Amino acid sequence: MINIQKGAMRDRFSKVILELAEKDARVYAVDGDLANSTKTDVVANQKPEKFLQMGIAEQNMLSVCSGLASTGLQPWAVTFAAFLSKRALDQIQVQIAQPRLDVKMVGAYSGLLTGLTGKTHQALEDIAIFRTLANMVVIAPADNVEVEKAMRAANDYDGPVYIRLARDEYPYLFAEDYDFKIGRAVTLKEGTDVSVIATGTQTSRTLEAAKQLADEGISVEVVHMPTIKPLDEAAILATAQKTNLIVTAEEHSILGGLGSAVAEVLGEQRPTKMLRIGVEDRNAESAPNEQLLEKYGLSVSCMVRKIKDFYNKA
Amino acid sequence: MEIKQLETRAKQIRSTILETIHQAGAGHIGGPLSAVDVLNYLYFKEMNIDSKDGRKENRDRFILSKGHSAIALYTVLAYRGFLPMEELTTFDALNSRLQGHPDMTLLPGLDMSTGSLGQGLSAGLGMALGAKAQNASFRTYCMIGDGESQEGQIWEAADVASKYGVDNLVCIVDNNRLQQFGWSDDQVTRNAPLEDPSDRWKAFGWHVISIDGHCYDSLDQAFKEARETKGKPTVIIANTIKGKGVSFMEGAYLWHSKVPTQEELQLALTELETEGMEG
Repeated sequence: MINIQKGAMRDRFSKVILELAEKDARVYAVDGDLANSTKTDVVANQKPEKFLQMGIAEQNMLSVCSGLASTGLQPWAVTFAAFLSKRALDQIQVQIAQPRLDVKMVGAYSGLLTGLTGKTHQALEDIAIFRTLANMVVIAPADNVEVEKAMRAANDYDGPVYIRLARDEYPYLFAEDYDFKIGRAVTLKEGTDVSVIATGTQTSRTLEAAKQLADEGISVEVVHMPTIKPLDEAAILATAQKTNLIVTAEEHSILGGLGSAVAEVLGEQRPTKMLRIGVEDRNAESAPNEQLLEKYGLSVSCMVRKIKDFYNKA
Repeated sequence: MEIKQLETRAKQIRSTILETIHQAGAGHIGGPLSAVDVLNYLYFKEMNIDSKDGRKENRDRFILSKGHSAIALYTVLAYRGFLPMEELTTFDALNSRLQGHPDMTLLPGLDMSTGSLGQGLSAGLGMALGAKAQNASFRTYCMIGDGESQEGQIWEAADVASKYGVDNLVCIVDNNRLQQFGWSDDQVTRNAPLEDPSDRWKAFGWHVISIDGHCYDSLDQAFKEARETKGKPTVIIANTIKGKGVSFMEGAYLWHSKVPTQEELQLALTELETEGMEG
């Protein structure tokens, strides 16, 4: 299943958003003056009548999307995840989530690796924020194929969806015929000793860590959880039943994200020993990717060390 | 005569608002009373709407961005036939379609959920852009407050609306010059910072019309002028009086959200000359 080919999520996003804008009369791309970073500029260049520039004003941008959706259109608001989730949160809550309007929100440059931009541009809270909003669907794809599938599923779904994208290249994990469904987890590797439930960009690093741990005699089950809301509770309970040890992994704060969501399910339904891997309760900084992953505990070697410790002490 | 009818109904609407707030024991008064005449004009004269089909596709849209004046909108909608008059007694109650702040999912005729200030005009811009995108003829009206205009998002919307030249969007500023607490001028009165926001809107590229927001002749001319204005959005600065229609409520910031006692209600109804009229 694992292929060494890599691809940048924004390239696939770009291809799909253009196709949706061309083929679906309802779809409009709405930009917050970052189209040439997010690669939404392809719509501006090739289908300009389906592109709306809202300038550097995210609050207005998201409220405008609400108005557009109320007339029957399907706006796709695309900007950096940090600005989408925090600068326009009240607008999203009052005018998109509560009235359950058909607005798709794409948070580009999510997580820790945002291209040497640092604390203001990293989004380590977006999953936590979006998943507390009633009526919201939250998806963090792991590779380009899943980006495309998630976008198509969001296009077919009537209601607000948040899709979390990353800036840089990730290995392909899925074949092009992968059958993605909102709310469904995928077991990428079977294992018996410990389960790692991972989401988004952290899934490929988790698979690599699992491979290294296998060499050390620890059998890791890797469950990829692309949809954080609605959460695939059955998949969580099933893998907990199997290994009795749950690790969560996400390029996000350990507070409020996937780790918390999984802990809520297990705490109420099947208390299970857990370890949350993510950015600890602190702000990050600007630095090259590999150095950030290492310092903030998300690199493959960090994961190997943490999972091994957790397994040995359990 | 048409204007006479509007004026008579305005008094009835004001009375119903006061009775509803009194009965509910909560709600706003000053802002709803200042907004009544604009709403009355919009729903009975200006807008293309169908009370039997509140979600008709090509209907004109209205957004009450100053959502705390919801009772004024609900009352006008009731007079216009969108809901039974008796339903007004459920205002603010559990399971009511008439929430403290408008919820578009509950009542056909409410075109946008509001209540958090500053957001409505942007949604109006989205509707206006949506109409243009779909070659639809409907127009979008949005009422904001002068206090609400302290929210930066109003000016984000103003900026982009003129950039797109949405001449199917009309913003009405209910310029009643008071807000919940605001600034003290002379230790007695309290006021918003700006007397006339016309220059600001002009600077943002809007067509500006400033009128007496309680004068139906002026409203008539202003909305006609807005319709005839092409290539840019129009803002109507409706200069109004907070608490309009009841002498002891007019211009008194404390009546922003105060519930009238039985005695105060009777005094108010007497002033509005609606006692014994059909409600």
